[in-house]
Amino acid sequence: MSSLLVLAIVVAIGVVAFLIGRQRAAAHENGTVKPHSRAHYHGWWAFLLAVLPALLLLAVWTIGSSVYLDRHIHAALPERTADSKVASEALDVSLVKSLAKGIRRLDANTLPASFAELQPLLAAKGVALATDTQDYMIPIAVEANKVQDRLGLFGAVITLALAIAGAFYALRQIAPRARARNNVERLMLWGLLAASTIAILTTIGIVLSMLFQTITFFESVSPMSFFFGTVWDPRFADAGSGGSQGQFGLIPLLAGTLYIAAVALLVAVPVGLMSAVYMAEYASPKVRGVVKPALELLAGIPTIVYGIFAVVTLGPFLRDLSAALTGGSPFIQGQSIFTAGLVMGIMLIPVVSSLSDDIITAVPRAMRDGSLGLGATRSETIKRVILPAALPGIVGAILLTASRAIGETMIVVLAAGVAANLTVNPFEAMTTITVKIVNQLTGDLEFNSPQTLVAFALGLTLFALTLVMNIVALYIVRKYREQYE
Amino acid sequence: MNIMTEQSLENAVGDKMNAKSNEVIKMRGDKVGVFYGDKQALFDVNLDVRLNQVTALIGPSGCGKSTFLRCLNRMNDTIDSARVTGKITLDEEDIYDKNIDVVELRARVGMVFQKPNPFPKSIYENVAYGPRIHGLAKRKTDMDQIVESSLKKAAIWNEVKDRLQEPGTGLSGGQQQRLCIARAIAVSPEVILMDEPCSALDPIATARVEELIDELRQNYTIVIVTHSMQQAARVSQRTAMFHLGYLVEEGATDKMFTNPDDKRTQDYITGRFG
Repeated sequence: MSSLLVLAIVVAIGVVAFLIGRQRAAAHENGTVKPHSRAHYHGWWAFLLAVLPALLLLAVWTIGSSVYLDRHIHAALPERTADSKVASEALDVSLVKSLAKGIRRLDANTLPASFAELQPLLAAKGVALATDTQDYMIPIAVEANKVQDRLGLFGAVITLALAIAGAFYALRQIAPRARARNNVERLMLWGLLAASTIAILTTIGIVLSMLFQTITFFESVSPMSFFFGTVWDPRFADAGSGGSQGQFGLIPLLAGTLYIAAVALLVAVPVGLMSAVYMAEYASPKVRGVVKPALELLAGIPTIVYGIFAVVTLGPFLRDLSAALTGGSPFIQGQSIFTAGLVMGIMLIPVVSSLSDDIITAVPRAMRDGSLGLGATRSETIKRVILPAALPGIVGAILLTASRAIGETMIVVLAAGVAANLTVNPFEAMTTITVKIVNQLTGDLEFNSPQTLVAFALGLTLFALTLVMNIVALYIVRKYREQYE
Repeated sequence: MNIMTEQSLENAVGDKMNAKSNEVIKMRGDKVGVFYGDKQALFDVNLDVRLNQVTALIGPSGCGKSTFLRCLNRMNDTIDSARVTGKITLDEEDIYDKNIDVVELRARVGMVFQKPNPFPKSIYENVAYGPRIHGLAKRKTDMDQIVESSLKKAAIWNEVKDRLQEPGTGLSGGQQQRLCIARAIAVSPEVILMDEPCSALDPIATARVEELIDELRQNYTIVIVTHSMQQAARVSQRTAMFHLGYLVEEGATDKMFTNPDDKRTQDYITGRFG
């Protein structure tokens, strides 16, 4: 029986339990004792008791049986020898598994004994198999299918039994003073808690996975030379070559990251802030209704498109422009800090403006009236009352924007260049942490070499950087909220 | 129109007082109507505001008294959909005339709001805000003096003189409202509009603000919107009764509260509706 069918039956049992539970509880509502919970709570409690334990069991059973099956196949395979035709044991097992899946489509009684005969039959059914599948695997696959069927059937039976037992238990509990409402509410709470825990656990998982790779990296490269090194020259280590040691200095990448982010903020903050002020204070509802969505459209453009715009349109244009200005040699390179920063800044304008707009609008109207009532002009009111009052929030918004700028990848991959320079000239190419993560993880590099592992150290550094900025930003924003509430 | 310094204002006030104290018309509303979008909120209001008197505007909620008050310094301009018809004069000058600068007008006709709304700045900066915008003080000492005298006039100086640099938002509600009055006084307005200035205050703070209003009458012309009949009776010389956007009747406060002409006024004052 397939898991999907079992799932459907379990839910069906739950629905039936819900209906019966609600009906039974409703019968109590006209009795002499005032019921503790309304009828639908009893229904929901029956549903939850029928469905949840059964589903948990099904999940555990499914995972457990697949592990068991692996072991079973593993044990059935012949002892590996030096001249085995298959590269590794894991590959052996997975070949048997795909074979088992394939032969389910054929009639088990007329199965040919050799793979050479089997392959065309399977190909006719649209199943493609790896050519290193061996003849001895066929009986193992047949056996594996039988084991799987038995496990599946048994699992389905106990799951359904548990669902029915749960439903009966819940239905038996129904009484006027039974606290079904509290039970349902408590389960709701646990559900919500579980949802938020998943996010936190995922974050921890990501950090840990990066942390272990980073530790491996620091075993071959010292943290001092990583964090304070000024030369980025990882060399190349082809798969299997054992790797030649390069230099992994973070400083040029960090400098490039911060430089480009600074240029981007220099573009995004003034423009975004001013458009937010216009939108919040001056724009008539009609204008606002058009301009605000248009501006937020900018936020919907995928960053790779910005990157293409930078590298195909803006970069060459600026290069040619600078060449025309000097009459020959361009002083702006096709890929440069300036180009990348400018385009990233344009991308960030809607982020700044929409965050700031919310913050400016949140300044109470009484502040505006108070200032206007004293004979201040609109711009004086904005400059002296509204912006100072909104300042903490705006600073928070800018920090959030900055952490986006630092983490931004696609634009800089395309527009900033890959040369790890240390320069102050904004018209030259510089590279960023994110670009190098992409470079080091793509391509045919051996995974365990420091050349690849450095990407995790870079990633962790980036994570720490943006985390600190986000924490500071959230702290400032929260502090600002306390002022008015 | 230059903004008068405090001294010259007091002189001018003194001169007018000597001439004919109670009968100088400071502001005059002539067939004032207000529309919010298509909805008319105020109909043909003719009302005079007399110099150095407190004029109270009373009436049930939504009767248009606050709307009328906000017309007097064109605060309705800040609401996009609002439109004002008719004529309002300040010293016989039409304040809705094209040549009138609304910023100058609001410096002459100050406003205190229902809810105390000090800026999130220090007490000193709150009071210095207006004078600074209008360039009333050239030197720091001048500004110090304006701040001190404004706070004194608003009867809050003794409570805050030792903590002028602390945030104005840290004061109690009653103190905040007096700070807002000081802030309005600091630009030396000729008229002060008050929109239910005591509605957010406790009885003790209310009593202090009422006392203050009575003192301020010496130097300023005051228009106050209030929901409290007692307050209107205590602080005002003239009372105007609004109902459903119309001015029902207007007259000396004593007469209004003892022998009103209109039955609606009688009913409202005695608490039969509203």
